[in-house]
Amino acid sequence: MDSIIKSGRTVKEAVDAALQELGKTEDEVLVEVLEEPTKGFLGLIGGKLARVKVTVKENKVEKAVKFLESVIKEMGLEDATVEVVSQGDPLKINLKGTRLGILIGRRGQTLDALQYLTNLVVNKNSENRIKIILDIEEYRRRREQTLERLALRLAEQVRRKGKSITLEPMNPHERRIIHTTLQNNPYVVTMSEGEEPYRKVIILAK
Amino acid sequence: MKELVKLIAQSLVDKPEEVVISEVEGEKTLILELKVAQEDMGKIIGKQGRIAKAIRTVVKAAAAKKGKKVIVEIVQ
Repeated sequence: MDSIIKSGRTVKEAVDAALQELGKTEDEVLVEVLEEPTKGFLGLIGGKLARVKVTVKENKVEKAVKFLESVIKEMGLEDATVEVVSQGDPLKINLKGTRLGILIGRRGQTLDALQYLTNLVVNKNSENRIKIILDIEEYRRRREQTLERLALRLAEQVRRKGKSITLEPMNPHERRIIHTTLQNNPYVVTMSEGEEPYRKVIILAK
Repeated sequence: MKELVKLIAQSLVDKPEEVVISEVEGEKTLILELKVAQEDMGKIIGKQGRIAKAIRTVVKAAAAKKGKKVIVEIVQ
């Protein structure tokens, strides 16, 4: 992290000098006062200057966007753009562009891998971790709808035939969508079975 | 492809200057040997190889676009 130490007649003066040198504004930095200024005798002799340490705050949003932009460029997907949908925690980022199917991958596995790597890069050596959710052209929302419909359809099948159905392996997020969709269903119950990453949801008749 | 692996690896480790990638070009496959500082090994492999797997998944997607098989190997 960038930090510099500056002196000045007042704390404010020292901070301002540091900000100017770093090219940052006050809310982009952390200020630590190393020494308060003291006035010398008659304000002339033996006065001490203020010393401050100014550290540039890590900007996680910037870090995430920069990482994703470089990855996209190296992958040869120049027409894709990175868009911050909501700042804070979770930080939601969308990738937009044509031919991004390649970045989604089979059942979103490339998207999940990229999201995982972005989380690691942004939170590297950081105490306040934030969660980053990455999406491509609304893939996650569309997938969620697909899973909800699938859950309802299979639940109906289980109810009619009285036989349980095992779904294909899914990640925790997707399994939760199935469980949540059916949690108040009067005819079926759901459970998970197997070990990650092959854990599957089973729908059983009540 | 080499640059992509380098970019990802350097973003994950504490000592980016020690990331070295060598290419072994085959007829249909390209092997990228990734080497990092000993203390950074965990940062590119992860628990049960989860990070290594994510790197490979992203690289595989990029390679598919170019019609070549790319294998990322992590070497000591």
